[in-house]
Amino acid sequence: MDALAPLLASTIIAGTPLMLAALGLLVNERSGVINLGSEGMMLMGAITGFATTVALGSFSFGFLAGALVGMLMAAFFAWLTIWLGANQVATGLALSLFGVGASAYLGLPYAGESLLPPKFGIPFLQDLPIIGQAFFRHHPLVYGSIALCVAIAWFLGRTRSGLIVRAVGESPSSAHSLGYNVRRIRLMAVLFGGMCCGLAGAFMSLVYTPLWVEGMVAGRGWIALALTTFATWRPFRVMAGAYLFGGITILTYHMQAMGVPIASQLLSMLPYIATIVVLVLISRNAMWIRLNMPASLGKYFNPNN
Amino acid sequence: MLRLERRPRPSTLMAWCSPLLAVLLTALCGTVLFLAVGKDPIASLRVFFFEPIRDLQAWAEIGVKVAPLLTIAVGLSICFRANVFNIGAEGQLVIGAITAGALVLYLDDGSNGGFGLITLALLAGVAGGMVWAGITALLRDRFNANEILVSLMLVYVAELLLSYLVHGALIDPDGFGFPQSRLFSDGWLLPSVLSGTRLHIGIILALVAAVAGWLYLTRSFSGFKLQVGGIAPMAARYAGFSSRRSLWISLLVSGGLAGLAGAAEVMGPIGQLTPSISPGYGFAAIIVAFVGRLHPLGVIFSSFIMALFYIGGELSQSRLGMPSAITGIFQGILLFALLACDVLIHNRLRWSR
Repeated sequence: MDALAPLLASTIIAGTPLMLAALGLLVNERSGVINLGSEGMMLMGAITGFATTVALGSFSFGFLAGALVGMLMAAFFAWLTIWLGANQVATGLALSLFGVGASAYLGLPYAGESLLPPKFGIPFLQDLPIIGQAFFRHHPLVYGSIALCVAIAWFLGRTRSGLIVRAVGESPSSAHSLGYNVRRIRLMAVLFGGMCCGLAGAFMSLVYTPLWVEGMVAGRGWIALALTTFATWRPFRVMAGAYLFGGITILTYHMQAMGVPIASQLLSMLPYIATIVVLVLISRNAMWIRLNMPASLGKYFNPNN
Repeated sequence: MLRLERRPRPSTLMAWCSPLLAVLLTALCGTVLFLAVGKDPIASLRVFFFEPIRDLQAWAEIGVKVAPLLTIAVGLSICFRANVFNIGAEGQLVIGAITAGALVLYLDDGSNGGFGLITLALLAGVAGGMVWAGITALLRDRFNANEILVSLMLVYVAELLLSYLVHGALIDPDGFGFPQSRLFSDGWLLPSVLSGTRLHIGIILALVAAVAGWLYLTRSFSGFKLQVGGIAPMAARYAGFSSRRSLWISLLVSGGLAGLAGAAEVMGPIGQLTPSISPGYGFAAIIVAFVGRLHPLGVIFSSFIMALFYIGGELSQSRLGMPSAITGIFQGILLFALLACDVLIHNRLRWSR
C-alpha cells in the first residue's frame, strides 16, 4: 500500500500536461480548427517558462510567459489559417517544426539546469494517510486543470457562448448567417488552445521534470491531439484519457526502477504504442467518429463569399 | 488599406514564384534574426548562401545532403498529392537503416560485398521502410485510424527500436561498450561518384527516383487516379477509382523511398549503425516537398535549398559561433513563408480606401 501513494501522485502529475494541452485543443477543434502545432507550442512554452523563471526567480511569471508564448504562436497560426486560408494541416506542421527548432536554439544556455519548485499542500487533507500524499500535495495547476475540465464541460454544454462555439464548428455558414463573427470566434478558440498548450509545456519544465532538456515534450503534443479524438471531443473523457496515459508513462518508469528484465527502450515505446492502439480502437467505428467530430473540422471558412 | 481580393482564377505565375519568394523572405527573416543577436548579417548570409557552394568539395557535401532529402521528398510529394499525410518519413528512414544495416552486419565477412550485395542491402532498406509505412496504411485502411498521428507515433517507436538494437543485439563487440555497430567493410559501402569526396551513388538514385516519380504522376493511369483522388475524392469515387488503392500505393512508395534514403545513409556517409542516423531529414523533407510544389522535379530545387540550410547551420557553429539548431528555425520559417506566399496564388493584394 505504501507504494501506491507515490504511484498515484506521479500519475496525476504526468497526466496534467496532457490534460491541459488536450483540453485546449478540444475547444480549438470544437470551433472547427485543427492545430497540429501543439508539440511546438508546448516546447516553446516549456523553454520560455523555464527561462523566465530562471531570469526572474518567479514561477508565476514562468507560467505566464509560457501561456503567452503559446498564445502568440497560436495567433500567428490563426492569421494564416483563418484569415489567409492557408492549409491547417501544413501550417500546424510548420508551427511544430518551428517550435522544435526554436526551442532547441533558445534552450542551449539552459541545458541541464534544474529548478527547485516550492512544495504545496492543502491544509489538513495533506496529512491524511496515503490519500494525502496521493491527491492533496500537488501544484495548484493540477487542481486548476481539473477545474478547467469542469469549466469547459459546463461552458460547451450549458452556456449560450459554448453553443455558439459548437455551432461555428458544426456549420460556420449557418452561424455566419445568424450574424455571428465566425473568424473572431475561431480566433478566440485557437488562442485558448495555444494558451493551454503553452501552459502545459511550462508545467512540464517547471513542475514535472523540473529542468530543461532539448525535445523534452517527447511527443506529448501529438498524444494530446490523439486524446481529443480518443475522447470524441468530450472534456471528461479527455481527463480520463490523460490520466490513463499518465499512468502508462509512470508504469514504464516504475517497471524500469523495479528491474523488470525488459530493455528501457522497449518500455519507453509503450505510451506511443498505446496511443496507436487507442486510436485504432476508437476510430474503428467510422460512423461514431463522424457523429462526434465537429463537421467543419479543418475546413476554411470565408465569410465574404 | 491593403486588402486581399480573390482572383477570378489561380495565378500560374504566382504558383511558380511563390517558392522563390518564400526563400527570399526566409533569407530576410534570417538577416533580421542575425542582426537581433548582434551578428554581421552579410557574413551570416555568406555562410548560408555562398560558402556551401564555394568549390567542388563544398558542392559534393551539398550533394550528400540532397540525396536523402530528395529521395524522401519525391515519395512525400506523391503521398501528399493523394491527400495522404504521411509525416512519419523519419521513422521509415530509421527502419530502412536498421534493416539494411542488420543485413550488412549479418553477411559482411570483411572480404565480400560488391554490386549485387549492395543492391540487396539497399532493397532490404526499401522493404523495411515499406513495412513501417504499411503499418500506417493497414491501420488507416482497416480501422480508419488517422495516418498523421499513427505515422508520427511510429517515428518515436522506430527511434527507440534503433537505440535498443545498437545498445544490444547489433552492438560492436570490440567497441568498448559504445552504443554503435562495427564499421561496415569497404566492399559494402556505396561507391563514390566523385573521387576524393563523400558524394555517393545515393544522389544518382535520388535523381532517378525524381524522374520516375514525375513519369508516374504525369504519364501513368495509376498516377492520374491517385491525383484525382487527392483533388476531388467525390469525382474519383464516381469514376470508380479506388481510394484504398491510392492510400496503399502512396504510403508504400513514400515509405520505400524513405527506407532507401536510410539505407543509403548508413551505407554511405555514416558507414555503421549509430543511435542517431538522421538530423531530421524525414521532417525536413516534408518542407522540401511543399516548397517543391509537390512536383517530383520541383523538389530537386527545394532539396538543394534545404541542403544549403543544413550546411549553413553546420558552418555557422564554427564561423559565427551560432548553434546549428538555427537550421531548425529556418526550416520552420521557410514553410511559414511558403504558406503565406501561396495565399497570393488565389488572391491578389489591392489598395482600397
